[in-house]
Amino acid sequence: MNIVVCVKQVPDTATERKLRSEDKTLDRDAADGVVNELDEYAVEEALRLKEAHGGEVTVLSMGPAKATETIRKALAMGADKAVHLHDDALHGSDALGTSYAVSQALKKIGFDLVILGSESTDARTGMLAAMLAERLGAPQLTLASKVEIEGTAIRVERITDYGYDKVEASLPAVVSVVEKINEPRYPSFKGIMAAKKKPVETLGIADADIAADQVGLANSWSEVVDFAAAPPRAAGTVIKDEGDGGARAAEFLASKKFI
Amino acid sequence: MTVERLLPGQDARDLIELTREIADKELARRADEHERAETYPEGLFATLGSAGLLGLPYPEEYGGSGQPYEVYLQVIEELAARWAAVAVAVSVHTLACFPLAAYGTAEQRERWLPDMLAGRLIGGYSLSEPQAGSDAAALACKAEKTEGGYRITGTKAWITHGGRADFYALFARTGPGPRGVSCFLAPGAAEGLTFGRPEEKMGLHAIPTTTAHWDGALIEADRLVGAEGQGLSIAFGALDSGRLGIAACATGLAQAALDEAVAYAKERETFGKKIIDHQGLGFLLADMAAGVDAARATYIDAARRRDAGLPYSRQASVAKLVATDTAMRVTTDAVQVFGGYGYTREFRVERYMREAKIMQIFEGTNQIQRLVISRHLAR
Ligand SMILES: Cc1cc2nc3c(=O)[nH]c(=O)nc-3n(C[C@H](O)[C@H](O)[C@H](O)COP(=O)(O)OP(=O)(O)OC[C@H]3O[C@@H](n4cnc5c(N)ncnc54)[C@H](O)[C@@H]3O)c2cc1C
Ligand SMILES: Cc1cc2nc3c(=O)[nH]c(=O)nc-3n(C[C@H](O)[C@H](O)[C@H](O)COP(=O)(O)OP(=O)(O)OC[C@H]3O[C@@H](n4cnc5c(N)ncnc54)[C@H](O)[C@@H]3O)c2cc1C
Repeated sequence: MNIVVCVKQVPDTATERKLRSEDKTLDRDAADGVVNELDEYAVEEALRLKEAHGGEVTVLSMGPAKATETIRKALAMGADKAVHLHDDALHGSDALGTSYAVSQALKKIGFDLVILGSESTDARTGMLAAMLAERLGAPQLTLASKVEIEGTAIRVERITDYGYDKVEASLPAVVSVVEKINEPRYPSFKGIMAAKKKPVETLGIADADIAADQVGLANSWSEVVDFAAAPPRAAGTVIKDEGDGGARAAEFLASKKFI
Repeated sequence: MTVERLLPGQDARDLIELTREIADKELARRADEHERAETYPEGLFATLGSAGLLGLPYPEEYGGSGQPYEVYLQVIEELAARWAAVAVAVSVHTLACFPLAAYGTAEQRERWLPDMLAGRLIGGYSLSEPQAGSDAAALACKAEKTEGGYRITGTKAWITHGGRADFYALFARTGPGPRGVSCFLAPGAAEGLTFGRPEEKMGLHAIPTTTAHWDGALIEADRLVGAEGQGLSIAFGALDSGRLGIAACATGLAQAALDEAVAYAKERETFGKKIIDHQGLGFLLADMAAGVDAARATYIDAARRRDAGLPYSRQASVAKLVATDTAMRVTTDAVQVFGGYGYTREFRVERYMREAKIMQIFEGTNQIQRLVISRHLAR
C-alpha cells in the first residue's frame, strides 16, 4: 500500500508568533519551525498501517526551505521517503491554492491512501482534507479516531459531538486524524541517522504541473486585510474567602452565565 | 538552563537533542509524582529502549549505537538532570550489559545482546551482598557446578531494579579466594529465585532496590560469562565504566540543583534586592557553578581516555569522587539558597540533596575511590 502523509511545518506554539507587516503572511523565520502536532499522529498512523499491511510511506510537505527539518523528523520516525514541494511562487497561497498545489503533487506521487492532520496549529482552517478529496475525486474520511483497512475497503471511526460515526469507503481515499487515534512514537537515534540518507525529492511548481496563476499570494481567493495583536489578558478577579467565599464564587459564575 | 555542550559531531548533537526531548516529556513531567508516591514508572524503559538510549556505547552489529563514552555519558547527564533514579537505572543497565559485551562468546552475544541493547531485556547488576559491599571479594553466594549448569545458593543485596529487571549480571562463588568468583547472565525469572521487599530508601524512590535470595536455582551452563574464576576481574572492569556513569549522573543532578537555585535567587528578594545580588549568596552560587563545570570536565576527560584506548581506571575513580562529592555539596548549597523553603518537600532541591547522598556510596564508596587512586599513586 502506498501511503502519503501530508505534513506541515508550523511555528512552535510555545514561541511568539507574528505576521509580517509587508504582505500580512506568517513570519515563518521569526519562530522555530516544528511539525504540526496532529501531523505526528498522521505519520504514526501511516507507519502502523504500513507495519500491518506492508507498503511504503511517503511524506509530502509544502513549505519554505527550512521545512526540510520537519521532513527529516517524519523520516526519523520511520517514513521511507519524502517529497518537498518548494517554490517561491507558492508563498502566500490560501487554502484553495494550497489544496490545488498539494493535490497536483499527490497526483504525481501516486497514492492508495492520503493521511493528514485534521487541523494545523497556525492557520487552523481544517479544510485541507476536504479540499484535497474534492480535487482528487477521492472519498474523504475526516476526524478519524480509528482506521482499519481490509483489502481495498477502509473503515474509520469519525468522532462527533455525541460519540463517533462508523464510515466506510474504498481506496484510494483521503483521511484526516485526531489526536485520540494513537500515541506517536519518538524517533529513535538510529532512525535519525537513517533519515539523513533517505531520499527527499524537491518539486517546484513546474515539476508538479502546478499552474502559476492558481497559487501564491496574488492569486489567493482570500486576503488578510488587516490584523491586530490579541489584547493582553485582563487581571482575574480574586475572591478572598471570608466565610462567604463559596457564595461569592457562585455569584460571579452566575453573572457570567456559567451557572 | 540548557548546557552548551562540545560534542564530536552532528550525530551526537542530534542524539542530545532527542534525549532532551524525551527527558523533558517523559522524565521531567513524571519524576515528582513517582518519587513522592514511590511508584515504578511503568513503560518508561520501553520508551527509552525503542528510542535507542539503552545500548548507546555498544557495537552496532549487536544493535548498539557505537557511541563513544564521551557522548553516552552526556546522555546520562541529561537524563539525570530530569530524574536521577531513572538515569542511575539506565547507567546500571548499561553496566549489566558490559560483561556479555566484553567477555561473552560470539554465540552468547548473538543470542542475548540485541534484546538487551534494544531495552527489550532490562538488566541489573548483582555484586554486593549483605556482608560484602566494599570488600566485594568477600562475597559468599555459591554457584555449584551440576549437570547442565550451576546451582546458585545465597543472598545478594542492594540490587538496583531488583525484582523488575529481566536479567542480572550475577557474581557468585565457584571456588575459594578472589579467583573463585564467576560471572553469570542470570534470568530474572529463575525458579528458586525470590526478591526481598524494596528497601525503604532516603531517595531514588521510583526504582526498587532489593535483596535476592537464591535457593538452589539452576542456571544453564551457557550463561556463564567469561571463564570460571574470572568474575572479579570482569566485575571490576565493568565498574570502571559504571563509575563514569555515576559521575555523569551526579553531574546532571548537580546541574539541576544549580539551575533551580539560580532561578530562585533571581526571584527572591530580601533587604530590598534579589538575593543573587547579595555578594555573599552570589559567591555561593558561583562556587556551585564552578563545581558543576569541574565535575563535567573531569568525567569527560576520563571518558575521552577510555574512548582513545588509554588506561582510565584511576581517572574514572577521580571522576566518580569529584563529581559525587560536588553533587553533595552543590545540592546542599541549593537547599541553603532556598532558605527555609528548601527544607520542605515543596521544592525539588530537598529531593536532590537526598539523591546526591547515594552517589557517594554506590559503585564503590568514595573511600574506596580514594583507595583505588592512592594504589595507582603507590605503583
Ligand atoms: C495565520 C494564518 C491565517 C490564515 N487564514 C487563512 C484563511 O482564512 N483562509 C485561507 O484560505 N487561507 C488562510 N491561510 C493560509 C493557510 O495557511 C494555507 O492555506 C494552508 O497551507 C492550509 O491551511 P491550514 O494550514 O489551515 O490547513 P488545515 O486544513 O488546518 O490542516 C490540515 C492538515 O493539512 C495538511 N497540510 C496543511 N498545510 C500543508 C502543507 N503546506 N504541506 C503539507 N500538508 C499540509 C496537514 O496534514 C495538516 O494537519 C492562513 C494562514 C495563516 C498562517
Ligand atoms: C540505593 C543503592 C543501590 C545500590 N545498587 C547496587 C547494585 O545495583 N548492585 C550492587 O552490586 N550493589 C549496589 N549497591 C551496593 C553498594 O555498592 C554498596 O552499598 C557499597 O559498595 C558499600 O558497601 P556496604 O554498604 O557494604 O558498606 P561497607 O563496605 O560496610 O562500608 C561501610 C563504610 O566503611 C568504609 N570502608 C569500607 N572499607 C574501607 C576501607 N578499606 N578503607 C576506608 N574505608 C572503608 C566505606 O567507605 C563506608 O563508609 C547499592 C546500594 C544502594 C544504597
